[in-house]
Amino acid sequence: MAAFIARRLIQAFIALFGVITLVFFLQRLTGDPVLLLVPQGATQADIDVMRTALGFDKPLYIQYFHFLFSLAQFDLGRSYVQNLPVVEIIASRIPYTLELAAGALLVAIGFGVPIGVVLAVRRKRWEARWLIGLVLIGQSMPTFWTSVLLIMFFGVFLRWLPPSGASGLQSLLMPSFALGLLSMATFARVTRTSVLDELSKDYVRTAHAKGLSTSRLVFHHLLRNAAVPIVTISALEIANLLTGAIIIETVFAWPGLGQLTMQAISARDFAVVQGIVLIGAAAAILLNLVADLLYSLIDPRIRLGGRPA
Amino acid sequence: MIAALAKASRFAGRPPLSVVMSVVILIVIVLAAILAPLIAPYDPNAQNLLGRLKPPGTLARATHFLLGSDELGRDTLSRLIYGARVSLLVAFTSVLLSGIAGCIFGMLAAFYRGWVETVIMRLVDIVLSVPAILLAIITVATLGPGLQNVVLVLALTRWPRYARVAYAQTLIITNMSYLRLSRAMGAGWLRVLRYHILPNIAGALVVVATLEFGLMVLFEAGLSFLGLGVQPPTASWGAMLSVGRNYVANAWWLSVMPGLALFLLVLSVNVLGDFLRDRLDPRSA
Repeated sequence: MAAFIARRLIQAFIALFGVITLVFFLQRLTGDPVLLLVPQGATQADIDVMRTALGFDKPLYIQYFHFLFSLAQFDLGRSYVQNLPVVEIIASRIPYTLELAAGALLVAIGFGVPIGVVLAVRRKRWEARWLIGLVLIGQSMPTFWTSVLLIMFFGVFLRWLPPSGASGLQSLLMPSFALGLLSMATFARVTRTSVLDELSKDYVRTAHAKGLSTSRLVFHHLLRNAAVPIVTISALEIANLLTGAIIIETVFAWPGLGQLTMQAISARDFAVVQGIVLIGAAAAILLNLVADLLYSLIDPRIRLGGRPA
Repeated sequence: MIAALAKASRFAGRPPLSVVMSVVILIVIVLAAILAPLIAPYDPNAQNLLGRLKPPGTLARATHFLLGSDELGRDTLSRLIYGARVSLLVAFTSVLLSGIAGCIFGMLAAFYRGWVETVIMRLVDIVLSVPAILLAIITVATLGPGLQNVVLVLALTRWPRYARVAYAQTLIITNMSYLRLSRAMGAGWLRVLRYHILPNIAGALVVVATLEFGLMVLFEAGLSFLGLGVQPPTASWGAMLSVGRNYVANAWWLSVMPGLALFLLVLSVNVLGDFLRDRLDPRSA
């Protein structure tokens, strides 16, 4: 177990290191990285002062080590557009994105798991056929289209919900639903597969033979055992939801990291974009690590070499 | 693709209606993309400022807007037809590039084992843990938006999906006796990979490629929606939707039509992918 954890930790570290290096060299590919950081309309003299101040006149390897060193101290640099430390700008937006991701996860699990159970238990009946269709539709709806349709119907036509902005729980409803729909399909599929696995086991037959009702069997026995893959997939889905939030937040004017990304890109605030990408990648790598560790804790076959078939 | 479909339908009679309809929709979209200049009623970028935001079916200044017009008076139907080109082109090239790369890496890892396997499969794990959209954003923010950059990012981040499948499938096959026999008779590794392994793992790879195709279409549309993909005035479904959302209150067709086109394309691809998975690769279903 310890060896497995160590191996996975090293892997996560390499992944993070790779992303950081990629970001660093992409910046240099543009020719002059100072031009990415200075606000638009800066004079040549300003640019030269900045170049020296930021150390961009030094050799590449020294710049690289400097970059790594400041990242190790959680210093993501300074936004010269907003004149604030990047860490501060990003930190103020994180709670909103987490709120949205939590709402979406609730929608995804709340709909996805029951659908998955029905798909497995009522396999080959009409209910399952309709629900499979629903899952496929959820998987194929572009999230931004779902969002626009929701806004059109509930925001503009019925006027039940605020079409955009962040004013309390009401305005969280539509974005959570739009974002959660895509993950719902994943949860439904995973639940279906794992309940089907359980259904083929001996204890289910015994329970049935003893006269246990299907609903009792599902709620008291099946779901508990089938929950394992559902919990592990959650870690991966949170990573997907966080990146999916970029589009959803732009549509609903939700003031989280996604909206910040788009604002930073259009304001050419490169330091902020870079900070978000680094933090986002770190979060995704961490969640992947968590999913793998959870999985190996539950299924020892994984840390003993192979992967699940 | 077509060979795989034919193989799949040979096994169990006629495919269900949903699959047939999906194939028909796909053929229509592909034909529309290829024949765009011939079938589009108008120039997709021709502006008609007196015929702005006209609802579907309007006749304005000698132009018949079958699906309405946008904020610059451009014909929605023509833009939809041309937009199909962008979606299909990006999805096709990125699936092709990442599919070939992933397939080669996966087969090599399973075939050679040892350190080759370790390096490739660890790399697969590493790349899989980095979200593609973040890499796309940083690439666009530094190198500028554009189709080539989008395809490049997709190819670089999606190959591990194919590598994993190619690896797992090749591992199963390399242990089979006919393969050991072929090796014993002096067949070189290239011959073995090409004639014995590739045909056997193609089914599983086609399934992954089909489902990935749908994802890539959504990905391109998402980037263009954010303004990071195709640049105006080129018509792209994602970019059209992004304009359309500013007019949800008074021009519903601007967001409904491109979204519907995207939805139909992706749904058809997914239905087909599900069908192929059930038929060609029952283990993973």
